[in-house]
Amino acid sequence: MGKRVAKEVSIAVADAVAQCRVDVISAYPITPQTHIVEHLAELVNNGELDAEYIPVESEHAAMSACIGAAAAGARTFTSTSSQGLLFMYENLPIASAFRLPIVMVIANRSISAPISIWNDHSDVMTTRDFGWIQTFAENGQEAVDLVYHAYRVAEKCLLPVAVNLDGFIVTHVVEPIEMLDQELVDKYLPPLKMKYKLDPKKPITMGAIGVPEIYTEAKKALDEAVKASYKMVVQAWKEFEKISGRRYQPVETYRMEDAEVAMVIMGSLAETACNAVDELRAKGKKVGLIRFRLWRPFPMQDFLKAIGRVKALCVVDRAVSHASTGGPVGIEVRSALYQSNKRPRVVNFIAGLSGRDVTKDDFIELFERTFEAISKKPKFSYEIYGVKE
Amino acid sequence: MRPELAKFKPLSIKDLPKEDWIAPGHRACQGCGTVLPLKLALKVLGPNTIAVSATGCMEIISSPFPYTSWKVPWIHVAFENAASVASGIDAAIKALKRKGKLPKKEKINIVVFAGDGATFDIGLQFVSGALERGHNFIYICLDNEAYMNTGVQRSGGTPKFAHTTTSPAGKVIHGNITWKKNLDGIVIAHNIPYFATASPAFYMDYMNKVKKASLVEGPAFIHVYSPCPTGWGSKSEDTILISRLVVETRLFPLFEVIDGKYYILNRKVDKPKPVEEYLKLQRRYRHLTKEEIELIQQKANEEYERLVKLCEVFAPPKEGTKEETKET
Ligand SMILES: Cc1ncc(C[n+]2csc(CCOP(=O)(O)OP(=O)(O)O)c2C)c(N)n1
Ligand code: SF4
Ligand SMILES: [Mg+2]
Repeated sequence: MGKRVAKEVSIAVADAVAQCRVDVISAYPITPQTHIVEHLAELVNNGELDAEYIPVESEHAAMSACIGAAAAGARTFTSTSSQGLLFMYENLPIASAFRLPIVMVIANRSISAPISIWNDHSDVMTTRDFGWIQTFAENGQEAVDLVYHAYRVAEKCLLPVAVNLDGFIVTHVVEPIEMLDQELVDKYLPPLKMKYKLDPKKPITMGAIGVPEIYTEAKKALDEAVKASYKMVVQAWKEFEKISGRRYQPVETYRMEDAEVAMVIMGSLAETACNAVDELRAKGKKVGLIRFRLWRPFPMQDFLKAIGRVKALCVVDRAVSHASTGGPVGIEVRSALYQSNKRPRVVNFIAGLSGRDVTKDDFIELFERTFEAISKKPKFSYEIYGVKE
Repeated sequence: MRPELAKFKPLSIKDLPKEDWIAPGHRACQGCGTVLPLKLALKVLGPNTIAVSATGCMEIISSPFPYTSWKVPWIHVAFENAASVASGIDAAIKALKRKGKLPKKEKINIVVFAGDGATFDIGLQFVSGALERGHNFIYICLDNEAYMNTGVQRSGGTPKFAHTTTSPAGKVIHGNITWKKNLDGIVIAHNIPYFATASPAFYMDYMNKVKKASLVEGPAFIHVYSPCPTGWGSKSEDTILISRLVVETRLFPLFEVIDGKYYILNRKVDKPKPVEEYLKLQRRYRHLTKEEIELIQQKANEEYERLVKLCEVFAPPKEGTKEETKET
């Protein structure tokens, strides 16, 4: 087992990428992703990582080059945030439709305007329908472990994976982190062998036109592949547990035993929310917390199981879906419930936009308002919380 | 001068294989002068080639699933980013060779085929990035002077006064109001190992340029004049005639630039044909007034003379590297 060493999370994430022996890195700088790609450049230029580093002129090119490189059989990496993710947008559904095992770390950040470098989930949420596997880390250790996991899953399923970490709140924090020993990484992650790639010995055509007679079938095939990836995602976490002793599941629960009200959340805010749960529990309130670690494929069964018999769910979103029925997570959760027989009240708050602090007391307030909602149906389908009047 | 170019022995027609790497039966229009240079390039490059297409006519006509015209590995990602896709392939090949996952000695050509729209306009940044980073690839811009795939809209490569559907020959505004963008100048300014212009009428000249492009280490760019009878309102059987006239009127001179510093004029046009002879074969120019034709004539001479001067001042150092081609 490796030792726990204090490291900035971005540096640790880059080190994990290097341990995965990537062949091609193609990236463009944007705050708060920069430390990740800078450290990779350092590793390459110091001869510590044998990879081609393409300092592309834009994020669109970064993803385009990853697509080209992966199609030619290379293990690839890129990372971005916010405007950068939006700029590479066009390529994202192409990467998944081509079934390319690209791994991208998204240092989550709000999107313009107003331009803001701080954290929320509004960047990645615009890409949730594209057939990428998407995971969310709560802290640095998890971020690192999700990187190893991402390559394992991507290459088994032939799908791209986006690992999400909260910008600054996770990326820029120094944490004690245990890296896997290189030997274990190599065991976990055998060399990439692509069955179909751009190879003059076995020519294939990639990116043909989809006439109406086949387009639907192509989309269905991808949809099946993304759904089927669920098994591999779980399996890869089980394999990971064996080598690291660290256990991961698609949906994490905290003090849900007999909970009446559960908070549903993603990313690093969960840590503060857990403190609120503890405080309320100490006062005898039956509250718990559910965190999505896996967001795509949506872990429907895990979620329905996790909510147990709660009377109400307090869904905290970190992105706005303007004038819709909720935040992205709220919409998803309501839709999932509708397909089951469970009917807890769903109260959907949008909080922590652009790095706005959500404190333990805020979470306690959100819990309290959700308790009230059990007997009195709220008038809103979602509320942007904490707006200064 | 680069040794691989200084020592270059031109191919003759006898050196060319019978085989084509783009299959017949594709869906290009009759007399398409855009698919022709694409096919000829592959003839020279051969099977050890990975081709990247930008979205556009050539991508559409060659890949209606479940059919494909491509006998070499081929990838099409999007409209503007073919140069970046090629960058990724280049990086992959380099990394995989270094790690022993691909045979080290095997040469694999990477060739991009992209239209004028994909190159002059929406993809310019991507082209610039890939050239500046020095990837080992060949970029062939098939310039048919408009967005043909979407129905003949104007691009930065559209010549002045040409009628397109977004620069129509109206009563007040007579077609495209701008001169063709000087893409060559932009590309040359990247000081890449090899740059050339070409026209399918001078097919041996063109194919030799493709060969040279494949020999240099680093980026090579060939700007090929590519007639489109459908978009230009020209006769299918005039494609080659038009591609010859464009050179003989000085409108599209054939030249090469090595490392951004040595200029070589491949075909001197001392007695140019009047541009009118060229313009009158294409309906996109039928609305032109005498004065407008005169303006085009002046511009052609001006630009040509400027190029001749560049070729005199910046000739390659050694004599004996005559790259003139003799075709009929
Ligand atoms: C981002 C984006 N914008 C617009 C289009 C629509 N589009 C597809 S091909 C094309 C024109 C292609 O023109 P050109 O590059 O000159 O190639 P040609 O078809 O003329 O050979 C356009 C506008 C697209 N596919 N993607
Ligand atoms: S529209 Fe023009 S470029 Fe396109 S296939 Fe037809 S002739 Fe060729
Ligand atoms: Mg065109």
